Amino acid sequence: MPLIMGMSVLLACQFLGELVTRGWGLPVPGPVIGMVILLIGLLIWGKVPGSLRLAGEGLLRYLTLLFVPAGVGLIAHFELIGKDLWPIIFTLVVSTAVTLAVTGKMLEQLNRRRNRRVER
Amino acid sequence: MNIAAFDQLWVYLSGNPLLSLLITLVAFAAAVRINRALGGSSLFHPVTLSVAMLIGLLLLVDMDYATYFEGAQFIHFLLGPATVALAIPLYDHREKVRQLLWPLLLACIVGIITAVGSTLGLAALMGAKPETLLSLAPRSVTSPIAMGVAEQIGGIPSLAAGLVLLTGSIGCVVAPWIFRVLKVRDPAVQGFTLGLAAHGFGTAHAFARIGAVAGAFSGLAMGLTGLLTAFLLPLLVRLVGMG
Repeated sequence: MPLIMGMSVLLACQFLGELVTRGWGLPVPGPVIGMVILLIGLLIWGKVPGSLRLAGEGLLRYLTLLFVPAGVGLIAHFELIGKDLWPIIFTLVVSTAVTLAVTGKMLEQLNRRRNRRVER
Repeated sequence: MNIAAFDQLWVYLSGNPLLSLLITLVAFAAAVRINRALGGSSLFHPVTLSVAMLIGLLLLVDMDYATYFEGAQFIHFLLGPATVALAIPLYDHREKVRQLLWPLLLACIVGIITAVGSTLGLAALMGAKPETLLSLAPRSVTSPIAMGVAEQIGGIPSLAAGLVLLTGSIGCVVAPWIFRVLKVRDPAVQGFTLGLAAHGFGTAHAFARIGAVAGAFSGLAMGLTGLLTAFLLPLLVRLVGMG
């Protein structure tokens, strides 16, 4: 039963999220709003129920698997990607690397400065 | 059993969701094993590996994506509740999130501007077509958001979804190397950076390779980047005079 209860809570939050995005025409997917709803719920409730943790952490442990079906969808875009292959590959690799470097470095610096201030 | 009977059996099985569900799970399990045998290198990430194997297999047996997806959708569907479940690690680490809130917001905005700016700049320099360019722009956010944004600014939604997935796997490959060079060691920072640059792939990678703290921050970054990009990107594109 706990797995069923936990899964029901997750699906209920997703459902509410879908209602909110559809209802207000937000450009954000329902599950992301569902995540916000669940977080608010947990903050009010004050702890994570065991059943929810069982279902949620079970799903998160296999998060990588869940991307495989969408990834196979690349098969439908071979032709489009082929036309602009080199610009796409070059842009993706360099831009992703730059984004990682800028964000990581900046956050590390901000974090270090904050820690120093806390120590003083 | 003769050849004709086998043919009939294949017609039955390939039209049945059971087969694609089974091959997806088997391919992933095999990919995890292969990845472990190769020393856990992120160059052969289980997702990249299993996607490559499955694409090869579909081409080999001449099965189209719609037929495959009929079975695989049961796995795909779980992405929704899994995204909702990201609230759990976020709640567990709420103290750390609260302490870092402003640096995180600032890093998120700078990260999005870097991602979109460098993408549009580089692709334009390399001579990519306008619709490719606009489909590339939202590539660092999770695919459902990227598809909506691409449509809004004049790109091709389905191409955007494909580019999002490529970005995710590239991000997981280059991230460990970048973190080493720049000496970024804090798991919270690593996780957040991965979630920002490589959305769900980065988050899954952070959970599997770095730990629960990194995973929580990665999920936070993914959600935050998705939300902010949905609002910022149309403005940015208009700013550089493309929209």
